[in-house]
Amino acid sequence: MNVVVLVKQIPDPEALVAIGGDGVSLDIEQKFAMNLFDEFAIEEALRIKAKHAGKVKVITLGSRKAIEALRTGIAMGADEAVLLEDEAFLAGDGYATALVLSRAIAKEPFDIILCGRQAIDDDRGEVGPMVAQFLGLPHVGGILKLDVADGRAVAEVAVEGGKETVEVQLPALFTAQKGLNEPRVPLITGVMRAMKAQIARATAADLGLATAQAGRPGSKVKVVQYSPPKKKPAVQIIPGAPREAAIEAVRILMDVERVL
Amino acid sequence: MDKVDAIIVGGGLAGLTAAYHLATAGRQVILLERGDAPGSKNVTGGRIYVDPIKDYLPGIIAEAPFERHVVKEIITVLDDDASVQLEYANDRWRSEPYMSYTVLRATFDGWLAEKVSEKGAFVIPKKKVDDLLWEEDRVVGIKAGDEEIGAHIVIAADGALSFMAEKAGLRKPLEPRNYAVAIKEIYRLDEKTIDDRFGLQPGEGTANLFVGAITRGMFGGGFLYTNRDTLSLGIVVGIGDLIQQKDPVAASLLMEEFAARPEVQRWIRGGELKEYAAHIISEAGAGGIPKLYTGGMLVAGDAAGFSLNLGLTVRGMEFAVASGAIAAGVADEALAKGDLSAAFLSRYEQKLKESFVLSDMETFRHARDVLENKRLFTVYPKFLSELLAALFTIGKGKKEPLYTSAKAAVRKYILNWEGCKDLFSVRKM
Ligand SMILES: Cc1cc2nc3c(=O)[nH]c(=O)nc-3n(C[C@H](O)[C@H](O)[C@H](O)COP(=O)(O)OP(=O)(O)OC[C@H]3O[C@@H](n4cnc5c(N)ncnc54)[C@H](O)[C@@H]3O)c2cc1C
Repeated sequence: MNVVVLVKQIPDPEALVAIGGDGVSLDIEQKFAMNLFDEFAIEEALRIKAKHAGKVKVITLGSRKAIEALRTGIAMGADEAVLLEDEAFLAGDGYATALVLSRAIAKEPFDIILCGRQAIDDDRGEVGPMVAQFLGLPHVGGILKLDVADGRAVAEVAVEGGKETVEVQLPALFTAQKGLNEPRVPLITGVMRAMKAQIARATAADLGLATAQAGRPGSKVKVVQYSPPKKKPAVQIIPGAPREAAIEAVRILMDVERVL
Repeated sequence: MDKVDAIIVGGGLAGLTAAYHLATAGRQVILLERGDAPGSKNVTGGRIYVDPIKDYLPGIIAEAPFERHVVKEIITVLDDDASVQLEYANDRWRSEPYMSYTVLRATFDGWLAEKVSEKGAFVIPKKKVDDLLWEEDRVVGIKAGDEEIGAHIVIAADGALSFMAEKAGLRKPLEPRNYAVAIKEIYRLDEKTIDDRFGLQPGEGTANLFVGAITRGMFGGGFLYTNRDTLSLGIVVGIGDLIQQKDPVAASLLMEEFAARPEVQRWIRGGELKEYAAHIISEAGAGGIPKLYTGGMLVAGDAAGFSLNLGLTVRGMEFAVASGAIAAGVADEALAKGDLSAAFLSRYEQKLKESFVLSDMETFRHARDVLENKRLFTVYPKFLSELLAALFTIGKGKKEPLYTSAKAAVRKYILNWEGCKDLFSVRKM
């Protein structure tokens, strides 16, 4: 069973993000993390490998810095990693990114593709389904459980108020939802292996893509403007004895904020 | 069990320096740091002096990402509602080689960690070491979570609270009296504003120390260091004093009051609060140094109690770098000989005695007895303030001759039995 996991390195949730003067560029503090949903995807891939043998390959599209996300994957137990790195890939939308990823995946035979259901930086949740589309595969979004046997997979997904169980023919693409599993913490020995690992790279040319197909030129969606979130008002501390303070708090919730 | 050459617990200056030297010597080294990255959990003032450490970080110190070189010292003595400020500038400090720099540890330790990785050591963050592994009376590795990793030698560089030294039976459990708590805030302010506000040329910095009413008579003081585009503001107070207060105040409250003082506001005004941190500092001095080695293990940096809290300033980074380097040297020798016994490792202590680390600690052995004197933080600031008030105040009535007012202030505060005792005690420093 060969499993491919797509991962994305995103700004650390605590990183400071400022909008540039042009309104469309972002100045992001250089602190990164792996997208949380992708960790579920890697964990699931490793569990499938433990049961059915085979190998796990992690792929990311990003700058050199994104190697860290790949190394995290290897530290957790993935066998191989590929960095898709090319000037031409930069600033692409979900469509352009999915095209590049699908080309990279298609280079070798595979049975299962896993990725997070969305990247928590832009929250669009489009790359997974689009990759499935480019490869002409079934896509099951937001899975909570996955069982694989005899070339088929049975997955559970959440629906309003309950769960739905679906079956697909492999190969197929699944996006991981919170609750699928508990991602493992890499072992020290795993981290050492990851630090030594050779990371393969691929450029647009390696994937047979023209620069016009990738990155900004290949994008269909264009960011026009970022707006900052509304500034939260300052914290208000209610003084006084606990009882009186609680009464005052309820009054504010009811009469001033009108949330109760 | 398979063993690596060395495991280093803690990615502060002591651990990183030790790892750097061992990796340079070709040893297989794993450094484990519980924080998200080396430097992420480390709190310092801070300022670092170059001369003491340059031989211990040979070659690379010239590229270190320091913030600003210090060209002037400002000391502010505070009474409840008045203050005296003394500024000392020295032109010699304005030209290279610079004597000291301000530093931010996240930047500095991050840089050093990269250098260590380049030398082939494994610097692994997000790993807390929980315990030591033993074979008879010798440390043979560490335990982190469910994982056990063997090592010929373990260097404990896990900071002021060092549980490794405690687990190895080298140090007794902590006593509050031997520690101070520090709170530190970092404010962002643009580079040019800092230059103008403090009267600095680009690249130049100041070290500002505050003493007096801000600690409400407790042992300690405040500091403010100029970084490139941030200010590090903090306060240090003895934990022993804090818990003995009749009406205990939280250190965080002292910090708030301190930051609100006009003498501080004038510097930080308009700055955006970026970080808030608290940390422990050993103030036991030479008396607080644990046993420094046991079979298969050495202790370095704050973990070994190598810091001097002199009330106004804390010195520990130079000790951390030097002791880390010295520990690595001894570990390398021991590995070469294949002798990791306590007897062989005892030369670590000998080498520290020959270096500035243990000799400086010894020189200031009695400093705390002098500095713990409450009068330093109450009476003397008041005396200064009243003397200057007398000098500068002109009211309706007749002004007393200056000599008379000065004499009165001196009588009230200094020329008494307590004052003589204080003077006498200073000899100990
Ligand atoms: C507020 C303040 C101001 C100071 N000002 C100055 C100054 O101006 N000049 C100066 O020279 N010194 C100053 N010092 C002292 C100086 O910061 C310390 O002496 C120095 O940081 C000690 O370095 P270290 O490497 O020994 O310990 P640390 O820098 O504390 O590093 C210890 C590391 O070990 C890690 N660790 C701990 N336990 C574990 C574990 N179980 N597993 C894995 N990792 C672990 C910690 O996360 C930490 O990264 C100041 C200290 C404070 C708190």
